[in-house]
Amino acid sequence: MKQESQLQRDSQGEDGAALGRLERSLRAWEEGALAAFLARRPESKPEYRTGAGLPVKRVYTALDVAELPLEEIGLPGAYPFTRGAYPTMYRGRLWTMRQIAGFGTAADTNERFQYLIAQGQTGLSVDFDMPTLMGYDSDHAMSLGEVGREGVAIDVLDDMETLFAGIDLTQISVSMTINPSAWILLAMYVAVAEGRGYDLHQLSGTIQNDCLKEYIAQKEWTFPVRPSVRIVRDTIEYCAEHMQRYNPINISGYHISEAGATAVQEAAFTIANAIAYVEEVTRAGGDVDDFAPRLSFFFVSQADLFEEVAKFRAARRVYAKVMKERFGAQKPESMRLRFHAQTAAITLTQPQPYVNIVRTAYQALSAVLGGAQSLHTNGFDEAYTIPTEEAMKLSLRTQQVIAEETNVPSVIDPLGGSYYVESLTTRIETEIFRILDQVEALGGTIAAIEQGWFQQQIADSAYAFARRKASGERPVIGVNTYVEPAEEAPIETHPYDATTEQRQIEHLRQVKAGRDEAAVERLLADLRAAAAADQNIMPATIAAVKARATMGEIVTTLQGLWGTYREQPVF
Amino acid sequence: MERDGPVIRVLVAKVGLDGHDRGIKIVARALRDAGMEVIYAGLHRTPEEVVEAAIEEDVDVLGISLLSGAHMTIFPRLLTLLEARDAKDILLVGGGVMPQEEVQTLKRMGVAEILLQDTPPERIVESIERLVAARGPR
Repeated sequence: MKQESQLQRDSQGEDGAALGRLERSLRAWEEGALAAFLARRPESKPEYRTGAGLPVKRVYTALDVAELPLEEIGLPGAYPFTRGAYPTMYRGRLWTMRQIAGFGTAADTNERFQYLIAQGQTGLSVDFDMPTLMGYDSDHAMSLGEVGREGVAIDVLDDMETLFAGIDLTQISVSMTINPSAWILLAMYVAVAEGRGYDLHQLSGTIQNDCLKEYIAQKEWTFPVRPSVRIVRDTIEYCAEHMQRYNPINISGYHISEAGATAVQEAAFTIANAIAYVEEVTRAGGDVDDFAPRLSFFFVSQADLFEEVAKFRAARRVYAKVMKERFGAQKPESMRLRFHAQTAAITLTQPQPYVNIVRTAYQALSAVLGGAQSLHTNGFDEAYTIPTEEAMKLSLRTQQVIAEETNVPSVIDPLGGSYYVESLTTRIETEIFRILDQVEALGGTIAAIEQGWFQQQIADSAYAFARRKASGERPVIGVNTYVEPAEEAPIETHPYDATTEQRQIEHLRQVKAGRDEAAVERLLADLRAAAAADQNIMPATIAAVKARATMGEIVTTLQGLWGTYREQPVF
Repeated sequence: MERDGPVIRVLVAKVGLDGHDRGIKIVARALRDAGMEVIYAGLHRTPEEVVEAAIEEDVDVLGISLLSGAHMTIFPRLLTLLEARDAKDILLVGGGVMPQEEVQTLKRMGVAEILLQDTPPERIVESIERLVAARGPR
């Protein structure tokens, strides 16, 4: 085989001859200097692997990328976008530093937003509490103990008005981490914007709105899978028509990774979900080039630095090919994968929490080297609870150091051309396509979810990782190596205000007392009718939230039509 | 794995709204691999549902995972329900992320054990075996 490939190269002239010489010198090195060195001093492990378990060699050379056509690497801002989404990347505009915030009531979170903006943050990102994420009102029995705890509580339009009080929404982009109930929050956002007289086309921002990864990984839902995907379709169509700068979906690998998936699985499952959404919208008659430019992505930046960079690059290349070849996209913007990155919360440890600052900085660097459009760096105290203001400031400063002191942003895709990173990028691309084929064979993404396939794959990877961690094969500083005696409460943590629930419920009661009940009932009936008739539900939802219908009422109304969801758990 | 005595039966579940099920699935699998009978009741359960299921399944251990921060609301509720159903011989074990002083409070209230994030699977298996042995046969 080797001789044959060498012959081929020889026939390619000068380059081939150079590769032939390299191949001979590599073999001589392996048999000579390397073998002699290894005989004296063996390496620390019999084999080396990436975080995802892909084998890695001790050194990469031009031979490892000899088969890779240069067009596959390409140039920034051009198909297949391996090197970046835009032609100038961070030279034109730095990534958006977008620290997520949300806790307590809307007024509490508004105060944090004002603080972050004052610290130089350039985008807002809202975290909602569990009841809001699941579509329950704060006074629902399931909400007990969770109101305003892990995020901000939103029940009615008034909460949304308070959340953004004093913030010009035409000047800052706002990302909202919300999924099964996302369309209601989008409706409230539109209602706030219209109330202030903004042109909706001026608004920039993102709703996560990725229901498929919920069934796969994050496990927040209100309806069965298929109606949930239909709601996503409605939001994509609505935004394509009314909010041209707004990303109606942020197709997310982050939670897939946090639930246990490897880097390869994260990228592959995310693209499988993207395929399902694009199919849904195109099946309903949408032209791919009308909406695909606003599809956006969200990935983790995990611990294995080079693998992460390769993952981001491979994801861009795979997506570009899928959009072009499978969906026949014509516009380059439809093939261009833009992504938000967040450092990996799962890697944060309670012991020796300051080490988390260092971990997060390296993870952030991989996101920047991988060409992220926006970035959230975790607070070092987040293995305990949601972060303090001080921890968030330090996280933001971490990004500012990368942006302004390291000089990394000056050159686009600086690892492009690295024998290792290019080789790993191609390997990950191959693995992603292999998984996409598997999903196809199962009947597509939705069918695979309904069979629990993704869920089982993730559980398997999570278990394997836990075993590696327990055995010490995967070191975690402070946890299974360099362990120190436990300190008592080593850091200050963000306190939970026990009055939040009561304040929020009282406010909800007041709003309900002051509204026109007959109008609310009529508008909820209209919403149900629109849903049943397969009309876009956004206009009816916007009308309902303006009349102060609550999130819980809207969800319950449609559950009457579509039912709820109960997972068949696998482990 | 060979053990003396009857096979330990465990029901694990997530109570409340948080969907972080990575840990509980690892625990379920580690206990199963150690020879226990494990029932995973899934996500978004109410305290009433899991106590009912634990009694119905006649388990030795009820394992509840919580990463929402609502542990000081939910564990006391579970203990009250177990007592009201005359099922205090079912050992209540918690898992997740909680501050040390709240762990101590919960244990004083009657939670048999709290296994925090990053507890190795082997340690979890040992804890359950030890707790059931200490309780003795029913």
